[in-house]
Amino acid sequence: MNRTKSWLFAILLAALYVLHQDFWFWSTARPLAFGFLPPGLWYHAGFALVTSLVMWLLVYAAWPSHLEETVRPDRAESGRAESGQEHAGS
Amino acid sequence: MISTAVVFLYLGVVLYIGIFAFRKSRGAGKAEDYFLAGRSLGPFVFLLSMFGTHMTAFAILGSSGHAFHNGIVTFGLMASSSALVVPVLFFFAGTKLWALGKKHGFMTPVQFFRQRWECGHIGTVIFAVQAALLVPYIIIGVMGGGAALSAISGGLIPYWFGGALVAVVVMSYVFFGGMRGTAWVNTFQTLLFLCFGAAAIIVIGSGMGGFRSSVEALLASPATAALLTRERVPPLFFLSYTFIPLSAIAFPHISIFCLTAAKMSHFKKTVILYPICILAIWMPCVFLGVMSNRVTDVPRIQEKIQARRTLASEGSRLSPGQRDELKEKMAADDVMLLLLGRYAPVWLAGLLGAGVMAAVMASDSQILALSTIFTEDVFAYYGAKDRFGEAAQIHTGRAFVIAVTVFAYAVALEAPQTIFDLAIQFAFSGYSSLAVLPLAALFWKGSTKWGALASTLWTAAAVLGVAAFQTSIPAPPPGPGIVAWSAAGVDILTRTPSGTAVLGFMPVVPMTLISALLMFLVSTVTKKPLNGREMV
Repeated sequence: MNRTKSWLFAILLAALYVLHQDFWFWSTARPLAFGFLPPGLWYHAGFALVTSLVMWLLVYAAWPSHLEETVRPDRAESGRAESGQEHAGS
Repeated sequence: MISTAVVFLYLGVVLYIGIFAFRKSRGAGKAEDYFLAGRSLGPFVFLLSMFGTHMTAFAILGSSGHAFHNGIVTFGLMASSSALVVPVLFFFAGTKLWALGKKHGFMTPVQFFRQRWECGHIGTVIFAVQAALLVPYIIIGVMGGGAALSAISGGLIPYWFGGALVAVVVMSYVFFGGMRGTAWVNTFQTLLFLCFGAAAIIVIGSGMGGFRSSVEALLASPATAALLTRERVPPLFFLSYTFIPLSAIAFPHISIFCLTAAKMSHFKKTVILYPICILAIWMPCVFLGVMSNRVTDVPRIQEKIQARRTLASEGSRLSPGQRDELKEKMAADDVMLLLLGRYAPVWLAGLLGAGVMAAVMASDSQILALSTIFTEDVFAYYGAKDRFGEAAQIHTGRAFVIAVTVFAYAVALEAPQTIFDLAIQFAFSGYSSLAVLPLAALFWKGSTKWGALASTLWTAAAVLGVAAFQTSIPAPPPGPGIVAWSAAGVDILTRTPSGTAVLGFMPVVPMTLISALLMFLVSTVTKKPLNGREMV
């Protein structure tokens, strides 16, 4: 991950952390989404979905593939061979 | 009766899966095969079993019980904070741990710490603290099993027998199947309890005549309107909870699970889908827990509501013993099962009850992890593996599985607190504080074994200190807590109705921050390891 990308993701994750502390909806039970979900629930449901989206961005833009390259080929190979069987078994 | 039979059928299925995994074992006699499934799990099994491993009895029973009394705040407190923190930990720390495990052959976090910080007995101290903190987590599973089976059978199966039955089933498939059996059972269980949420919402929603009128009725009553806001929990308490999911990377069963993936790319689906899995299971449980307050024709739910009212209105005039009695009556971990009993048809209640059992039985991974860390970090490290061989190590691991389960069951019979309190106060807070260890080992070249020892000893002392403090000062009635220590007009240490507050925060915040500070200060002034730094 280059420096700019690192900073961008650090800011994005920090922003998510701040957004989680939604004190602005603390004492209100309205508006109700779908007529029954209060803000304390629909906001945090949305938060979980947005987090999943950010995780997708993180995985596809900043995946630490260099870590995989440090693994000994024989160990990585044994894992791959067993992986196929594990799938069939499960 | 039918629902009990369905749950028994379910227990039979998971037992069979564990034994099937034993027969499919490819490396009989190899510790890596028994304890890590040969580092061979595929992406589907890895995602679902990792999620099932992390979600315990409290995901369904504890969350709905907590929401029943505290309202919708439960979701933001634990679920959405985990939805952010846990995948981030997997992305940064889990992948690195996996790569180091694959490269150096580590099977436990302590093995990694020993090599990273070039230490021996300090690793044993870390093992001892990890093990002591893991046991309460295992007890949760046994307690949840007893409570769930008792509620599903309408009291036909007593709590002690339900707990024993669940303990024996879990012990058996962990004993035979090891990590492979545990992972397969967890995959099956996670699929079940993910379906559970959607089915429970539909069945109970239609049974209650739709949620709109129930929500409006809750809002119209001054006694229940606050349950649909977060007024019952202070913002600093809410903030404190974001420290709890840090425990995920320090829990031995989670960090060991990170080593089981066949490829690092298997983490991708786990990182992306984790928040959605949490949403799918927690949202229905929290919402239905709150909605239970509208149920007027289930006597056991009414008893809990009445006990809560009595505690709120007369708590200050009652003795600590009387308050504890009321709290026991208020214990709401069975509220979801009572709802199912009231609204779901009998056959469906059985299937949904099996879904509940699936969540409750997540203690399997903790039992296996405890066995793994004992046999690797103590048995093998102190030479017994070399003397008696690898087969003896696996036999010891299996014997340890039995010993731990029996011990957890014995404690579960005596433990008076609700599942949620027990988990939060000891295991989660302690492991959040211990999260400093893997994070420092993985990302800070300057960390040392002495820094790790300081953080570990601090964690142990802090957990014991909080326990002693709460034992010495009985919980006050609902309302402002008892200030035990204040300075310059600031309340530093307070005994609250639900636990302890330090400057308004839950103990987990100062525990984790001081743990990090100790790691930094002690590491800065002590000698750095010679070769271990290359792992960072």
